[in-house]
This record gives sequence, structure tokens and C-alpha cells, in this order.
Amino acid sequence: MNTLIGKKLGMTRIFAEDGTAVPVTVIEAGPCPVVAVRTKEKHGYNAFQIGYGDRRVDLFTKPEVGHFKTAGVKPTRYLREVRVPDVGEVKVGHTFKVDLFNEGEKVDVTGTSRGLGFAGVMKRHGFSGGQKTHGQSDRMRAPGSIGQASYPSRVFKGHRMAGRMGGDTVTVLALQVVKVIPEENLILVKGGVPGKANSLLKIKKSARK
Amino acid sequence: MKRIAQIENQFVRDLPEFSSGDTVVVHYKIKEGDKERIQVFKGTVISRRGSGTGKSFTVRKISSGIGVERVFPLFSPNIDKIERITMGRVRRAKLYYLRGLTGKSARIKTKLTEKTDKKKTKKTKEAKPAPAPKAEAKTEE
Repeated sequence: MNTLIGKKLGMTRIFAEDGTAVPVTVIEAGPCPVVAVRTKEKHGYNAFQIGYGDRRVDLFTKPEVGHFKTAGVKPTRYLREVRVPDVGEVKVGHTFKVDLFNEGEKVDVTGTSRGLGFAGVMKRHGFSGGQKTHGQSDRMRAPGSIGQASYPSRVFKGHRMAGRMGGDTVTVLALQVVKVIPEENLILVKGGVPGKANSLLKIKKSARK
Repeated sequence: MKRIAQIENQFVRDLPEFSSGDTVVVHYKIKEGDKERIQVFKGTVISRRGSGTGKSFTVRKISSGIGVERVFPLFSPNIDKIERITMGRVRRAKLYYLRGLTGKSARIKTKLTEKTDKKKTKKTKEAKPAPAPKAEAKTEE
């Protein structure tokens, strides 16, 4: 098992032993109970369905309550499936905790980036904008030319323009685990992760070393 | 936020009180290879900023005629101790205006002339003896 789901709590900075300041994101990862197990033989693939987060019990629908009841697990707000090569000995009801991760390890963190609304090309695509001087007007944040002339007489598909920005699923690769606090289910990773505080994250052992 | 504050609290140390306008001596640990020595930087605090572990302060001094400013992270483990020499009487939190001044006009009035006895005793008590041992005890660890 190499993945947990969790919640971004925010950022801070901590000091390493040698006195250097390390910017860290504080993530509450897990505890994630296994609610269902998918096996190759029965379902065609190997995976765990894991839960995370609290929610008022009366807000769950009856089918949801039933699902958790069969598993014998306290209902959780979120349910996600995590593919694994082999389910091994893990049974429904087993809880994965943050001690999955070790200090110094690298993790990939997936989340939903902040929604920035309708954004212009400078913010959205990093265009340079136009000149401020030399007789220009209204050109400072303009996209410039968006194509050719009578041939092809159209704008090519996928041309970068202004539009909705953010709210995408973003994965940040190979963030260093600075600290793991098992008692609090907290994990501190170096650097930023997508989304605002309290947003849902998926933390996975990094494919990169 | 509370849980982040908990993490930050591990790094928050007891340091003497000081604010903009005060003259302080910062004892800063410097590592050169395996050796560690302490560098002393004395000057006027011209700004304090930040929150949590990110708090920092800027100390300005005139070194052989040239203005030198240094920004220290307040809770850096490399700060051995901070001593407050004098309290300054200033009317704003950020003393960036000192950058444009030299000589006599760049001086800051000290709070010695404070009318109230209360503040006077506070100053004499806190400015020297009280903070120093505190800082020492903490950094010895």
C-alpha cells in the first residue's frame, strides 16, 4: 500500500537542525480504513477502497450506511479506490495510517488547484502581454495575434486564450517528507501542494526517487 | 490553524522583548566547516514582521560609514541570544526612513526620558538582566 487520502491544513516553516528554514505543507493523512477489497479474481483488478474524514452520521444515505455497516467501519466522508499490485493479507476493516510514510522519503501529492475564475492569457498561460509605450493603447495584457490570414481563415483548435483557470487536478511530484507525526496523523512535506486549506489530497509514495 | 500552531510552537522560543527602535545585540551562530563561532551584530531594529515561525526582524547598523542591514529569522536556532541595549522612542513600526538619513538625524531617542516610573523600572529591569539569562538558558540545550 502506497497511498493515503488526506486534507491540506496549510503551510508553515520549520527549522532544520542546521538552522535552515524549510517551507512545509502540513497535511493530515489518514487514518484510512479499508472499506472494501477488490481482487483480480472477483473484480478484475486489485484495489482497496479506503475512506477518510468525518461527517455527521445522519447525513449519510441508507445505502451508504449499509455499505459501511457490511464493512464494519465507521462511515467516512470520502471513499476512494487505490489500485495495488497485490492485496496481500489486508482485510476489510484494516486501517492504513500515516506511518506508511517515512521521513526523507519522496511523495507525490494530488489535489485540486485553486479556482482562479476567468483569467487572461498573462496569468493563465504566462504570455508577455504587449508594450506599455511606443504609442500603444489597450495592449498591455492583450494576447496578440491568434493566427494567420485568409488561409487558414480560422483559429486552430487548442489555441491558448483567456478562460477559466484553476480547479484542475494537479499532481506535484517528488515532495520530500520532512516529518511524520503519527500521533496526530500529520505529515509535513517540503514545498506547496495544490488547493486551499481543507481541500482533499491524495498522497502517494513517489515513483521518482 | 490550531494544529499548525502546535507544530510552530516547537520552534517558538523565549526571547527578550524588543521592538522597532531598540538597539539590540544579536549573537548569531555561524558554521564554517566543522567549526562553529558566534558573530555579534549590533544595531537598531528597524522592522519586525511575520507571524508564527516565520517571524523575522531587521537590524540596521552603520559599519565604517556604510549602512548594513541584516534580516534574522526570529526563531532561528542559529540565534544564540538577543540582548536589548536601549529602548528607542519611535512613532512607527517600520523605521525605513532611517535609510535615507545619516549622522545626527539618524539617531533615535532612547526611552530613558520616559515620565512614568512604571515604564522606567520596566526598562531597567527588562532591558538588561532579565532577558539575557533567559536567552542563554534556552540556547544552551
